[in-house]
Amino acid sequence: MGVDRVRDEHKLKARLRSVIDGAATGLAILATVLVVAPLVAIFVYLVYKGASSLNLDFFTKVPKPVGESGGGMANAIVGSALLLGVGSLLGIPVGIGGGIYLAEFGRGTKLANAVRFTADVLNGVPSIVMGIAIYALIVVPQGHFSAFSGGVALGIMMIPTVTRTTEEMLLMVPNAVREAALALGVPNWRSVLSITVKTASPGIITGCMLAFARVAGETAPLIFTALGNTFWSVNLNREIAALPLQIYVYALSPYDDWHRLAWAGALVLIILIVLAVSLVRYVTSRGVLKGAS
Amino acid sequence: MTEIRISQTQVLSEAGNPPGQGPANGAQPEASAIRTFLLSRGNSAGADRVFQWLMVLCALTIFGIVALIAMQLVYGSQLSWHKFGFSFFAWPAGFTFASIFKAVLDPNAAQPNYWDPVNGHFSALPFIYGTLVSSFLALLMAVPLAIGVAVFLTEMCPGALRAPLAFITELLAAIPSVIYGLWAVFVLVPLMREQVNPFLNKTLGWTGFFSDDNPTGLGFFSAGVILAIMILPIISSLTREVMLAVPHSQREAVLALGATRWEMIRVGVLRNARIGIVGAIILGLGRALGETMAVTMVIGNSIEIHRSLLSNGNTMASVIANQFSEASDNMHLSALVELGLALFVVTIVVNALAQLLVWAVTRGAPARAS
Repeated sequence: MGVDRVRDEHKLKARLRSVIDGAATGLAILATVLVVAPLVAIFVYLVYKGASSLNLDFFTKVPKPVGESGGGMANAIVGSALLLGVGSLLGIPVGIGGGIYLAEFGRGTKLANAVRFTADVLNGVPSIVMGIAIYALIVVPQGHFSAFSGGVALGIMMIPTVTRTTEEMLLMVPNAVREAALALGVPNWRSVLSITVKTASPGIITGCMLAFARVAGETAPLIFTALGNTFWSVNLNREIAALPLQIYVYALSPYDDWHRLAWAGALVLIILIVLAVSLVRYVTSRGVLKGAS
Repeated sequence: MTEIRISQTQVLSEAGNPPGQGPANGAQPEASAIRTFLLSRGNSAGADRVFQWLMVLCALTIFGIVALIAMQLVYGSQLSWHKFGFSFFAWPAGFTFASIFKAVLDPNAAQPNYWDPVNGHFSALPFIYGTLVSSFLALLMAVPLAIGVAVFLTEMCPGALRAPLAFITELLAAIPSVIYGLWAVFVLVPLMREQVNPFLNKTLGWTGFFSDDNPTGLGFFSAGVILAIMILPIISSLTREVMLAVPHSQREAVLALGATRWEMIRVGVLRNARIGIVGAIILGLGRALGETMAVTMVIGNSIEIHRSLLSNGNTMASVIANQFSEASDNMHLSALVELGLALFVVTIVVNALAQLLVWAVTRGAPARAS
């Protein structure tokens, strides 16, 4: 009698446990579906809307005044390119230098840990705050908004990402390669630049591309540095249009034609980002850099 | 984005790359005796030293940037700080906590004038409230889902699905904020306006939190949903990395005691990884607090505090984005900079805390960018 009851209780408990196990598995799968679904929805909708609005005019014409249909975002594309050019000139050399320090000279030192920590924290600083700082630093003394200040803001935002990926990629280079170079009598600086960095260069380049793609979509720091411009401008000293800024303005406008342009602009940005992310994955899936990302 | 990389376990988790086969698998290789010897010969010591200092300079630039940002923000907010002091972050002059509380609870009561650029009265209260509410809503929705995804990816997922899912997550983390905002304005907000908000109003309206019949579909709740979508990839990928750092022996030990898979995950994995998971959540919070564009586009931009989550609002970041380039008055500008300073300090503290928590779990293994 007693034995039977104990056995039944055990059976019940075992069944309960397997039910809970099944429920947990189901919930995890449900969560994954719930997460992937909106993301796929965003993507598909974006490609659908963007592709139907994208045409040659988008790349060659400047915006038309309100009320006239047509027009494109040529000025915003050139503006974004200029801003990103200034940003890359500033952010990439400094970022790579910082990465070289972390991987080649500072390994295990307190300074390197502090730099790494600060880079991660800087990565988390909201981009709008970066915009305010650059506004106070460059726009106020200059007395006007400028493409240059926007470029500096973007460059600063690139530094932490470039530093951390460069470090990561350099750590993947086997020590034997460094020793071989040094054993041939190559000075250390040349060994670092033409052997270690060169070995890791596919990874470093794609890391830079990733940082580039990230800041290409940044809007917040540009609102009060580059400001935006509806006319053609390539002057670094003046307000300039940028793709994400234009998307922001057009998305909130009441005109269908501008919405269409916003979607097309978003698609162009997304293509840039997908290319960068896939390239990083491809590069880090082969050769010495395997597993770096 | 900050992710954490764990040398030992990363190697085990990567298919086709068994430990020891790769040339160097992420662990920091030790400087060997040969290398030290070769470096100490000093055949080009001068050039080497210059090169090294150049690289140190680049690394120090990062400190410089943080210091410069802090300096500019502190300097720019002097005006407002001297005039309002701590009351900037509390209720505006002429109001008490009780009167504010009454105004919040009763939708018909007169709203205090928190933010009045014309007369020079500034109180950050509605923005602090908006930032906290939207971030908290986002965490509430994102955390269970993110942990579910991480559990699925690390413990249950068939190998063939893992790589595409990880790729999608990576991609989502890279989509610009303004594109999330664009999507939210044209897809999410109409959906909220026509389906979700009326439903919430009908079923939960009696609590007072969903009572506002906001005809626009904008508001705290919409902002919370888009924020949740945006911080999900960050939380889930970090949680996944922390869970991968739990040694396999822990799982095996629990399984050997006859546990089901869920019990193994709960006792063997989640319990061991909990500090790191908290770190991941805090990092997601840091992202949500500072997120600007998408929130600005859907939160509705009204400077009031209402109990209803469906009402329009504003966050610290969104008010800066909205008003900064139009602010002509020095005091107004200074008040906005002070909001920026508060945001800067809060996100630095939150990020540093998260970083330390995750480091504690992964034993200081170098974190990775991207």
